[in-house]
Amino acid sequence: MIGLNHYLIISGLLFAIGLVGVIRRRNLLMLFFATEIMLNAANIAFAAASYYYNDLAGQMFAFFIIAIAASEVAVGLGLLILIYKKHGTLDLDDLATMKG
Amino acid sequence: MFEQIAFYLFSVLTAGLFLVTVLSRNVLYAMSSLAAGMVLISGFFFLLGADFLGVVQLVVYVGAVMALYAFGMMFFDATRDIKENNTSSKVVFLLSGGIAVLLVVIFAAPILGNSIEATYPPQEGLTNPESIGLVLFTKYLVPFEVAALMLLVAMVGGMILAGKKMDQSLTVTDEEMNIPQKDGDK
Repeated sequence: MIGLNHYLIISGLLFAIGLVGVIRRRNLLMLFFATEIMLNAANIAFAAASYYYNDLAGQMFAFFIIAIAASEVAVGLGLLILIYKKHGTLDLDDLATMKG
Repeated sequence: MFEQIAFYLFSVLTAGLFLVTVLSRNVLYAMSSLAAGMVLISGFFFLLGADFLGVVQLVVYVGAVMALYAFGMMFFDATRDIKENNTSSKVVFLLSGGIAVLLVVIFAAPILGNSIEATYPPQEGLTNPESIGLVLFTKYLVPFEVAALMLLVAMVGGMILAGKKMDQSLTVTDEEMNIPQKDGDK
């Protein structure tokens, strides 16, 4: 029987995968992909808690997370395009312009 | 029985696809595997009885967000492999493994405490979208409107940020790589 713990474990696993991406990658677009993975992992945990505790609040939180993720992507991609126009690259190491 | 098969199938597939996303050197592969993983995550939601959430996941993530990424990737050179010097794997896996263990502990703490009470239990005899609507438009009306406003601001911000100098080409071919692009229109 699949319980809440199964879902929480897969959610933690996916979150860790996203975290590996955030720490490891140096490309800004790849960082965005990794944050999407982390947001989705949190959504799974919310939906699972909502189902097993018979409470709709978890699904509500998941909705607002999805809304925030959508607006984050809209603004973030605009910023990425600006950075690409300015520097010609999306590599984080090339953006370290404040190094004294 | 079917629930277990579906759960393990979705788990293995999403974890594998997201690993491809995180470890791949090619943006196109990363994006398509991310989109496939999003579809499978909506399968989790359907499995959990959150029908409306699953549909929203399909529409917003797979439809809108991935289309936005695909559109944004037209500005970048997507076919070339990404060259990057990654952080050393030992540090990365140690850090993220530690945080993952910490997360499981945090998630498990309220279950061990057994002190959670349902604030908005779904009403009897209503389907999932109906009860979602009832709660969303009564208890969560203000956050809903704030989220709508935030989406509007994000839309305007995205248009203004990406729309500047739209007539200029972004992707430079290899032979004109050493010519700075900004000199073109001056």
